[in-house]
Amino acid sequence: MKAIDTVILLLIAAITYGTPLLYGTVGEILTEKSGNLNLGVEGIMFMGGAFGLGGVYYYEKLSGSPSGLIAILIALLCAFLAGALASLIFSFLTTTLRANQNVTGLALAIFGTGVGQFAGEMMRVRAGGYVTISNALKDLFSASPFPKFLQDIPYVGKLLFGSSHFFYLGILVAVVMHLFLKKTRKGLYLRAVGENPGTADSAGINVTRYKYLATVIGGGISAIGGVVYILTTAGCTWNNEGLSGVGWLAVALVIFCMWRPLAAIWGSVLFGALMILYMRLQISFIPTELYKILPYVVTVIVLILSSLRNNKEKQPPEGLGLAYFREDR
Amino acid sequence: MEKNCYAIELRGITKRFGPVVANDSIDLGLRRGEILALLGENGSGKTTLMNMLAGIYLPDEGQILSEGHPIAIRSPKDSFAHGIGMIHQHYKLVDVFSAAENIVLGMEDEKKLDIKKANAKVREICQRYGFEIDPEKKVYDMSVSEKQTVEIVKVLYRGAEILILDEPTAVLTPQETDRLFTVLRNMRDDNKAIVIITHKLNEVMAISDKVAVLRKGKYIGTVETAQTNPQALTDMMVGRAVTLNIDRPFNENQAERLKVSGLSCYDHEHVKKLDKVSFTAMGGEILGVAGIAGSGQKELLESIAGLCPIAEGSIRYLPPEGGEDELVGKTPTQIRKKGVSLAFIPEDRLGMGLVGSMGMTGNMMLRSWRRGGGPFVKRKDPRALAAKVLNDLEVVTPGIEYPVRKLSGGNVQKVLVGREIATSPSVLMTAYAVRGLDINTSYTIYNLMTEQKMRGTAVIFVGEDLDVLLELCDRILVLCGGKVSGVVDARTATKEEIGLLMTSVGGKEEA
Amino acid sequence: MEEAFKSPLIRLEKRSGSSIKPVYAWLIRLGSIVFALLLGCIVIALAGSNPIQAYGTMLDGAVGNAAFRQQTIKKAVPLLGCALAIAPCFKMRFWNIGAEGQITAGALAATFVVRMLGPQFSGDSASLPLLLLMALAAMLLGGLWALIPGFFKAKWNTNETLFTLMMNYIIIGVVAWLQAGPWEARQGRIAQFPKLAWLPKVEGVHCGWIIVLVLVFLVHVYMRHTKQGYEIAVIGDSMRTAQYAGMNVGRIMMHTMFLSGAISGLVGFILCSGATNTLSKDIAGGVGFTSITVAWLSQLNAFAMVAISLMLGILTKGADTLQTVMNVPASISDIIIGLLLFCMLGCEFFINYRLILRKKLGKGGAVT
Repeated sequence: MKAIDTVILLLIAAITYGTPLLYGTVGEILTEKSGNLNLGVEGIMFMGGAFGLGGVYYYEKLSGSPSGLIAILIALLCAFLAGALASLIFSFLTTTLRANQNVTGLALAIFGTGVGQFAGEMMRVRAGGYVTISNALKDLFSASPFPKFLQDIPYVGKLLFGSSHFFYLGILVAVVMHLFLKKTRKGLYLRAVGENPGTADSAGINVTRYKYLATVIGGGISAIGGVVYILTTAGCTWNNEGLSGVGWLAVALVIFCMWRPLAAIWGSVLFGALMILYMRLQISFIPTELYKILPYVVTVIVLILSSLRNNKEKQPPEGLGLAYFREDR
Repeated sequence: MEKNCYAIELRGITKRFGPVVANDSIDLGLRRGEILALLGENGSGKTTLMNMLAGIYLPDEGQILSEGHPIAIRSPKDSFAHGIGMIHQHYKLVDVFSAAENIVLGMEDEKKLDIKKANAKVREICQRYGFEIDPEKKVYDMSVSEKQTVEIVKVLYRGAEILILDEPTAVLTPQETDRLFTVLRNMRDDNKAIVIITHKLNEVMAISDKVAVLRKGKYIGTVETAQTNPQALTDMMVGRAVTLNIDRPFNENQAERLKVSGLSCYDHEHVKKLDKVSFTAMGGEILGVAGIAGSGQKELLESIAGLCPIAEGSIRYLPPEGGEDELVGKTPTQIRKKGVSLAFIPEDRLGMGLVGSMGMTGNMMLRSWRRGGGPFVKRKDPRALAAKVLNDLEVVTPGIEYPVRKLSGGNVQKVLVGREIATSPSVLMTAYAVRGLDINTSYTIYNLMTEQKMRGTAVIFVGEDLDVLLELCDRILVLCGGKVSGVVDARTATKEEIGLLMTSVGGKEEA
Repeated sequence: MEEAFKSPLIRLEKRSGSSIKPVYAWLIRLGSIVFALLLGCIVIALAGSNPIQAYGTMLDGAVGNAAFRQQTIKKAVPLLGCALAIAPCFKMRFWNIGAEGQITAGALAATFVVRMLGPQFSGDSASLPLLLLMALAAMLLGGLWALIPGFFKAKWNTNETLFTLMMNYIIIGVVAWLQAGPWEARQGRIAQFPKLAWLPKVEGVHCGWIIVLVLVFLVHVYMRHTKQGYEIAVIGDSMRTAQYAGMNVGRIMMHTMFLSGAISGLVGFILCSGATNTLSKDIAGGVGFTSITVAWLSQLNAFAMVAISLMLGILTKGADTLQTVMNVPASISDIIIGLLLFCMLGCEFFINYRLILRKKLGKGGAVT
């Protein structure tokens, strides 16, 4: 009885912590499927967090009586646009100007964290100390979209129906991403671009356009993860301490779930659990801080295993991180 | 659509690459219900000509007509639109996709991806022409022949009426070749026009209805297959011997230098590239190696250099001062430590023989950087060597530190050859040493080879131009499908003789 | 090689043969820096400050007096050291982005030495041996930390970019654990090192700057004049050529990674012994990442790294002053550095490629 309660509580918390990761990961999967390794996710999520929070804050300030739905939409939109813009810079530099992807990604991480922090600080300064959002909205952001009676089902109710809107939306995004990549013509072409741009090009697929679109949309989705963190876990205040590292964890999670969006759903919950395990489940001989490195250790192991095992399916996209120029053929 | 109208007709097509005329005013017609073999030696311009139909190149002069109407083919898309499909030698497939997924790639006919429908259509095409392929099989699980099938089906799926196959049998086993030919005949009977680019005479005889022959970029003529024979075709293909006036002194002090016996090796795809090759290279002679591209020349040289894993056989080195060393199983460094002075001028000059981003000095160091004690490289000697090579071979470069990647092809080759010869090798191996070079540079290279021969070096010269091989070498080893199909005396052999050995017609067996 | 089919409005051509003159290349790079600073003006203006005044404050705050200059140098030292560490890997086209972790590993090892052996040392004369031991341990652990991904890359071709990235967070997590657990002194901090374990100051700044300047020279010599440096350059150019020349690519990869990690580890030692006098999980503080961009933008030239890391040092220190003086968040330095990196990354394109405007349709290309 007690044990099961602990587990359920742990899982619910894991979902909360995992949701931002889910967005970050699914977005980066889309990006990487196009062959672009965008290491700027950390910066993208910072920007998403700051601009999403800013959007909601100013919307509430201006409207007086804010509508919950519009507030959520504004948060998502602002974050998405911020992330898309950041990724547009990345795409322009790597695809059009042919800069090195690793270095550009790192530059974006520096730039994005700077912009996010700067915007967060500026808002705080302008607001005279604190950016606060009304409790009504705060509660709404963390509330579940499902009716109460479903949530009241013993044990599973809270677990299945008790998480925030953002989590269920995240699942939807992941599922849609999966269907897009696996079942649609455009998804197939996108994967071809990431695997073998030369082949895609000779088949008449516009490699540049696919790379741009996937990276920009992927960046937008990743950025939503940032605002979700701010609006739920961080309690609607700018918290760069808490947000730092989430983007890198998302990059790790992409590897962990082997570029499969559906695996990102349970993967993000698992990583979320690993992030907070130390608070919930204390085992005397494992120091709490060491729990936090588990996601990275697991990722490294997965990375090694996948290079050892010659499984052709579970590999990074073949063209990942490599620039493609037609005249180099 | 009249019966006497060509499906595709080429009129006066000329294509130049810089000063090189790849195709010189060529006329050619393709008919439906007919298999045309496009025959010619390597470098005769077959692939270039067909690439203009595939939309890879634009012709500099001339006209292309489709069903009697002039058309412009500016891109692979235009080519598809006119019903032309070309199967290149290098397959363009995504490894982690299934056959059907690869086949529908880039198609824009419908929005939704209905892979079941695509599978069904692929199966239908397979059934119609007699292909054997599972549309759901992943490319990484496929053999080379299956990959080729996917490429052919890809073209048919797009509704191609004119199929061009570039050396389709180069990578196939005899059984797979037979199966391919059956399919091609089925397609011909389905009223498609088919071109098969090849230089294998027996295949021409087996599959084609007509043969068009190119030689050194020129169109020689078209004949009905039924009314010709391999001998006549060889004559058309190689032409009369051209006199090049390469100086060929005889070195009387010959000694066995390298004994290769029973050498076999496989490539990454586990295809056998060398099949029990045995020969002896003599110090003081140039041993030419002739053969169709991909007959094992590259593997032969690389396995002697210690760069290619050897499945079986032995390579024994007999130093001038006596004794014997086995080279199989040794790394290049170990071979050098044994005191074997082996120079190797590989085919891929910048990708394997040189460091493109470095200047001549840095490249001279590639053979000597280990020399001398201590952690530092000695630049003095390499710099002197670079200056010497620059002078002796008249390399044109802004300076000895100028990146060699930016030099012209001839100068790149001079740097490479100059370095290799400077090691005073006892064995010198070269692969396509004059490819892409102008006449003067080519003669410089020939003279250097002969000079080495007179020094007593065993020179192994892999070449593609039979005229050159016949005038430069002392003996010529002919490879066919990884096997030695014959060794001839270059002073008495004829082009036709070698041509037949290369394709093994008149030889014992076919690869 | 291939002709353009539909000649687009603007065509690109790689500058080969006629390479751009070095003067112009540096002018383009300089122009990109100016452009980035102009973009920075917009950001500053958006923050409600006068850009010119702000840049003035930053410059003054970075180099205005001796104390400021010392601070600036303190910021530039680890960037430079770490960029030097990364250079050999990048020359080899081994994308080591694990410098952050290798710094941390080095600092961890140095701290370990202080904690274990520090008490045995006493008296001023004991400082040097202790420092040497710390540096040695730092280099060893930093090197080993880098060797792990190097080993897997050499053996099984495991993706080094992702591997080295993950290794950062693992070692940082270990330090976080030590900091909050076994090594905690108070309030989640590790105790300050005893004075003996502090790097002595020279000209007001810990002598790390001397170490790094010596490293500039050493790395330059290593890359340009040693056999190993030559091997690295050949591998980076073409793996096949390296094999042709008889190089053992896997082994070279591993020892280069060890060396790179060792230098990063030394930077970690400099940071904990010279700058913070203690260990914390933030000891690297992003230096490992920023220095990658420093190394890349310097074209792996050791001397150019000095200039670029100084420039970034000035920006960072200047932004700190800006925060105190004009109440602009210090994170503006990250934004300006980001913009700078973007512009400098982008400008290489204009150095390597030439834009060609459309001419009239090519020679007889069209048929009808």
